This record gives sequence, C-alpha cells and structure tokens, in this order.
Amino acid sequence: MPKAFTPKVVTANHLLKGDVIYQTKSGWSRTLSDAEVLEDEAHADLRLIEASQQTGEVVGAYLTDIIIENGALNPKHFREDFRATGPSNYFHGKQEAGSNV
Amino acid sequence: MYSYNEFDTAFLAERNQQFRMQVERRISGELTEDEFKPLRLMNGLYLQLHAYMLRVAIPYGTLDSAKMRKLAEIADRWDRGYGHFTTRQNIQYNWPELRDVPDMLEALSEVGMHAIQTSGNTIRNVTADHFAGAAADEVADPRPIAELLRQWSTDHPEFQFMPRKFKIAITGAESDRAVIRAHDIGIQLIEKNGAIGYRVIVGGGLGRTPMIGKVINDFVHEADLLPYLESIVSVWNQIGRRDNKYKARIKITVHEHGIEDIRERVEARFALVKPRFEGIDQALLAEIKDQFVDPDFKAADTAVFDTAYATDPIFRSWADTNLAAHKSPGYAIVQISLKAHGATPGDATSDQMRLMADLAERHGHNELRISHEQNVILPHVHKSDLPAIHRALKEQGLATANIGLISDIIACPGMDYCALATARSIPVAQQIATRFDDLKLEHDIGDLKIKISGCINACGHHHVGHIGILGLDRAGVENYQITLGGDHTEMAALGQRTGPGFSAEEIIPAIERLVQTYLEIREGREETFLQTYRRVGMEPFKAALYPAAAVAAE
Repeated sequence: MPKAFTPKVVTANHLLKGDVIYQTKSGWSRTLSDAEVLEDEAHADLRLIEASQQTGEVVGAYLTDIIIENGALNPKHFREDFRATGPSNYFHGKQEAGSNV
Repeated sequence: MYSYNEFDTAFLAERNQQFRMQVERRISGELTEDEFKPLRLMNGLYLQLHAYMLRVAIPYGTLDSAKMRKLAEIADRWDRGYGHFTTRQNIQYNWPELRDVPDMLEALSEVGMHAIQTSGNTIRNVTADHFAGAAADEVADPRPIAELLRQWSTDHPEFQFMPRKFKIAITGAESDRAVIRAHDIGIQLIEKNGAIGYRVIVGGGLGRTPMIGKVINDFVHEADLLPYLESIVSVWNQIGRRDNKYKARIKITVHEHGIEDIRERVEARFALVKPRFEGIDQALLAEIKDQFVDPDFKAADTAVFDTAYATDPIFRSWADTNLAAHKSPGYAIVQISLKAHGATPGDATSDQMRLMADLAERHGHNELRISHEQNVILPHVHKSDLPAIHRALKEQGLATANIGLISDIIACPGMDYCALATARSIPVAQQIATRFDDLKLEHDIGDLKIKISGCINACGHHHVGHIGILGLDRAGVENYQITLGGDHTEMAALGQRTGPGFSAEEIIPAIERLVQTYLEIREGREETFLQTYRRVGMEPFKAALYPAAAVAAE
C-alpha cells in the first residue's frame, strides 16, 4: 500500500546568492513560513516541475517534508532545519539575516 | 618557494577569463545548471547547504606571507571574514556569491594561486608533509617533486575526465605526516645506495571503502618518477570502473585486479610512456629545485628562548607541545593551533591570517605551511624569536598548546555546511575540546588523535583516527559511530568499529568513558592511547562504551 502523501514545500538555492529559498504561490521567498504548502501529490509534482524550469533564478529544486504545528511550518528533517536556520558554529546564514528577509 | 613564470601567469589569466565568461553565460541563461555545474566544479566552486563554497588550492600546503595576506583580503572582501583550512591543505570560503567568484579568482591569481582542480574527476591538489624542507628526519625536501606534479597534472589533457577524483600525497621522511598510505598514490622519497628515489604506494583511500595503499614499486629512480606516475594514472583511467561511482576509485581497481596485475600493466604502459618524456621533465625539475633552496638560516644564541622556557610555564607548555625538531641547529618548527578550545577546527579569521603572515615575514623566512591536521606551520623559526611569536599569537587567540592532544581534532565541515553530510561534525569537536579543557586532563592524556567525519566520504579522516567518529543519519536523527585504533602514520591502520552508534547527546559522555578507561588501564604516562589499544584490544573500551551489554554477557 503506497504511503500517504505528507505536506511538502518546494525548496532550492538561489542562483546568484546560493542561499536557501522556498517556493511561494507567486514566486520565491527566503523564509520558510512564506512557502506554499503542498498537500496534494499531483499538485506538488506540478509545482516542482515549474520550479525546476526556472533555471535562471534557482538551482536544485526539490520537495521536502514539513510539519505544520499551530499553523507554523517546520522542517521535518534536521538537514532542512539547518538549511532554514544556518550553521551551528556561527550566527551566520538565515538566523543572522532573519530580520532582513 | 616556487614563483609563477610567464607561462603559469598566462595560463591562469586565460582560465580565469574563461570562467568569467562561463559565469556570465550562466547568469544570462545561455548555460543551464547542468551545463554550468561541471565548469564551476573544475574551478573549485561548489553549491553547499547555505551558499556557494569556493575551495582554493594551496599546493603542497606551502604559502608565503603575500599569499596568506591575500587569503585574508578575500575573506574580508567577499566572504565572512574567515576561511576554513581543510585536510587536503586547501582553504574553503563558505559564503561567496556567484557574481563575485571571478573577481575572487582574479585576486588569487595576483599571488599565483587558483582553485583549478580542487573538485571534479581530476588529479587534485598534491599534498605533502607540512614539515617539508624543515624536518630533522627528512631525507630530502619533497616539494620540488610536488611542484613538478602540480604542473604535470594541471589541465593534463588525458586526465580531465577520469572515473573519479585522484589524490596524491608525498613525504620526504620515514615518519609519515602526510597520510600517504590513504591516498590514491602515496610517494615516499627515499635514499638507497646514495641515490634518491621514490617508494610508490597505490590504492589507498578512505571513504565508504577504506583501504591502506600497497607498495607498487619500492624504488623508482628520480628520472622515471613522472612517466611511472603517468603510467599508473593512465592504466587506471582505462580500466577503472565507470559503471558505479562507488567502485571507481583506484583502490577498488587495485583490490579487484590485485597489485601484481596492476604492477604488470603499469610496467607495460611505462615502457611506452617513458620514451616520450625525453628528459624535459628532468630539466624542469632542476629549475624547480633551484627555487626550493634553504633560506639563510641565522646563527644566534638561544638565551632568550632558554630564559623564557625556564621562567614562563605557559610558554614552556606551548613550546613542549607545539614545537617540532628542525634540521638546522637553533631552529624550531612552530605549529600554530587552529583548535582553540571551543573554536571551529581549521578556521582562521582574516586578522589571524594577517598576524601569521606578519610573523612569517618577521621571524620565519617568509614561509608558512598548512597541515592536513588543519593547523598552520611556521617551518623555519630561530628559537630566539619564539618568545616574541608566542606573545603575538596569544593576543590573537592562536597560542593554544594542544598540538597532538585530544582537542587537536580534525573535523570536516559536516552538516553545518556540506551538502553531502549526514550529520554535524563541528559541534562534536567543539564539545569534546571544551569538555576536556574543563577537566584539565588533556596534557595528562597525551598523544591522542580524534578525527570526525560528517558522512561516509571521510573528509575528516575518521578511519585513521586513534578515536574516529562518523556522523550518520539514522532514521532522521544524528547518530555517531566510533572506531578505535586507526593510525595515519607509517604504521597506517584502519580503526575498528566499537558497536552501535551514539546520539548527539550521548557521544561526548561516550568519548569521556573511553578516555577514562585508557587512563585507568595504561601502563604509565608514556604509553599512549594507541599503544594501550594495541596492547589490550577492543574489549575494555567496549565494556566502557556499552556497560549494559557487558553486564548482560557476564
């Protein structure tokens, strides 16, 4: 029996800056909370195809699982948590840029 | 030290201009990412978790002050004010933006540096003993050969699209500080009956299938070395597996064919290759050797050093721990630790880089080295200059007296940066160093090499750590496997797994139990952790790591 589809977002790296971005309904954002939540598998596949075609803006688009808690989007896997936050040894990356997004 | 000639300069300028155009074409949309990726990788540009990463080659780990200052300038101007020195004697910048990379490469070219072949399926940066040219136990300086190999392998038309990457390391001493037995080719410069030659080892490597290299030729004459190496790479390039990237490295080829078969193939190839060299390589080597002459070592008394050593216990501790024997009387090799307790192993700020450049210029005959253990070396320092150097290092947080001790940890960037990683390495290293500094035990523990990798690719050399730690993803949770008994030296050995891994919360207490066990069972302070392990084996350490299992077995 196939596994039930779980909520996902499309994420990638920005072509010029290389930083982590998330697909929104109308474009891309550097903040996970802005991401378009994909709860239907066919729609998710379609959005991923659309993201992958935007090669002038993004690199390496893929779907990743999220957990929705009290309306907030959180990465399911710790790798995605680091991508959404930044490295643990310096206050660099998104944790530093948070207020500038 | 080798200085670029007109050919090197022109070649680099052309390559940089090519890459600048490639970046422009990528940004304009003329190149897709699939087309661009192999081009950027050929120029050392990766895309990691949070940003691009530029890996810059430091050929055989040798720098002068101008090069080090340029690395600092690049860190300030285009990155976050620091750089990360790696186990391959490279430096990595973790935060460049794509548009800036051609300018970074151009800045590097001003001091004869580049990022070519720091990635891709090519011959990578040739690494060497970080004490090369200075060590008391050295037969001869291996850097002229390393420079010859750099020139030979850079843009070598036959070796640009090989089955996988290819790494060469070289040492000029019996004591192996370059991990030559864990490289695709390891070279040991030796002397036999008054003649210089080379012991060539092939098929070593770490990663998911770790192997210790095998001697393919015990003595290759100097004039034959380059054609012989070309023959090895050529044979592997033809018969190495391209059907499975995990079986493509030469260690698998040697394992599957056997060393005797590979030796025969190399000899046959050598017979064809050798006549083509016509002595040009030897003429070039002679020119290169002229650029690696010893500096003018000074003759001075060491009273300043002797007084500081006798009266300043902090200096004495640093001198006892961080200095190594130099070939010239009155001189020492200074090892600058980039492992301050709690700091990221291998990271140096731009201010620290500039200080080290200044010290090298003022006191060190303008030479610096990067070690595969992620520290910086001043290879030629007269002992009378050591107190001044120590004072200056202290002001920049660079005087940690821990070389070779438990906090002198190799750690790859791990999942804090690396797109391939399966777990973090850096925080584990930071916590081990901080914990044992708090316990004030590390000098009592003595020689102990911990090496941490954040994935099976083993950039942190965990297989050859006395204690190796491998970070894995176990069902979405970081998990750390421990190996014991690894050794990167001429006694090379692969560590053995202790058993099940530990969570991020459990790994530091587990390491502490291992070390406590060692302290309890060692036969005196002179018996190192590795010697104790070799004497007693795995069981006492397993019992300490898995007490419940030990009780159940009783």
